[in-house]
Amino acid sequence: MLRYLLPLAIFLTMAVFLAKGLSRDPRAVPSAMIDKPAPAIGLPDLLEPGKTLDVESQRGKVWLLNVWASWCGPCKDELPVLREAAQRHGIALYGLNYKDKPDEARQWLARNGNPYLASASDVDGRVGIEYGVYGVPETFVIDGDGRIRYKHLGLITPELWRTRLQPVIEALQ
Amino acid sequence: MTAAPCLHRLLLPLVLSLLLLPAALLAAPAPNAAPAAVLSPEQEQRADKLAHGLRCLVCQNQTLAESNAPLAQDMRNLIRGQLADGKTDAQIMRFFEDRYGDFVRYDPPFKPVTWLLWLGPFALLALGFLVLVRTLKRRAGVRAPLTADERARAARFLDSGS
Repeated sequence: MLRYLLPLAIFLTMAVFLAKGLSRDPRAVPSAMIDKPAPAIGLPDLLEPGKTLDVESQRGKVWLLNVWASWCGPCKDELPVLREAAQRHGIALYGLNYKDKPDEARQWLARNGNPYLASASDVDGRVGIEYGVYGVPETFVIDGDGRIRYKHLGLITPELWRTRLQPVIEALQ
Repeated sequence: MTAAPCLHRLLLPLVLSLLLLPAALLAAPAPNAAPAAVLSPEQEQRADKLAHGLRCLVCQNQTLAESNAPLAQDMRNLIRGQLADGKTDAQIMRFFEDRYGDFVRYDPPFKPVTWLLWLGPFALLALGFLVLVRTLKRRAGVRAPLTADERARAARFLDSGS
């Protein structure tokens, strides 16, 4: 009996593992930044280049850092979701304008509406690397102690907001 | 769901780069290309070795050295910058691991979560050998020559049967 059951058991185990492997997004690399302090941004404000983006005022509150660029198609698609979610939950939404030309970024905001309190201009992508960014859009949830608690890779749909980000934010608040 | 944006990310730069190719050939180097640090030949070699040991996060089956993704270029420049600053290879590896996790390394570190990864193939090989040895033994057992004692007993049975 064992000589038939054993291969079957091995086959089933492998089938389960492989099926799980197939259903996962290979681009979604577990972030090494979770629970680490959010790196300092220290970049000029996109709309007021004389000023440095200041997120210190968010100490003690949960806030979002959305990595976007004018050359990124999905960034435009998730803009209404971010805008509505931030308004409804009263969450501060900041942007990291990643590897973009400031002029084009400003035009993009003018065209699509600007949901961000402010965006930092990361022209050479150096701060993006500090955050472990590798695919735009990405969205970080940062807690009141200034720690990264969650990272979302890719487009945020209303459903993803409800099922992934909102529970994390509510648990932190 | 992620397939569509992925495709955009891949196709759009491709199409754009094809369209812009003639312009790019005429134009000066890209304005925001980070200035490459000047390195000694020994540092160049180290930079190359590090770039071969790190994964490009955008096109995941290429190393930083092989990839032309903008992020890979940035990371290569970062390696050069850090070498110029006198950082050690281990410090530079660490810098990327801290931000991108073990996945950024082309050779994953040997630690409890990766034991299965490193030892699994050897365990499977050992298991295979075990099965092989057992099977061979069993087969050899079938064909093993009879001992003198067994021969005598067999002869007795055959004699008494006829």
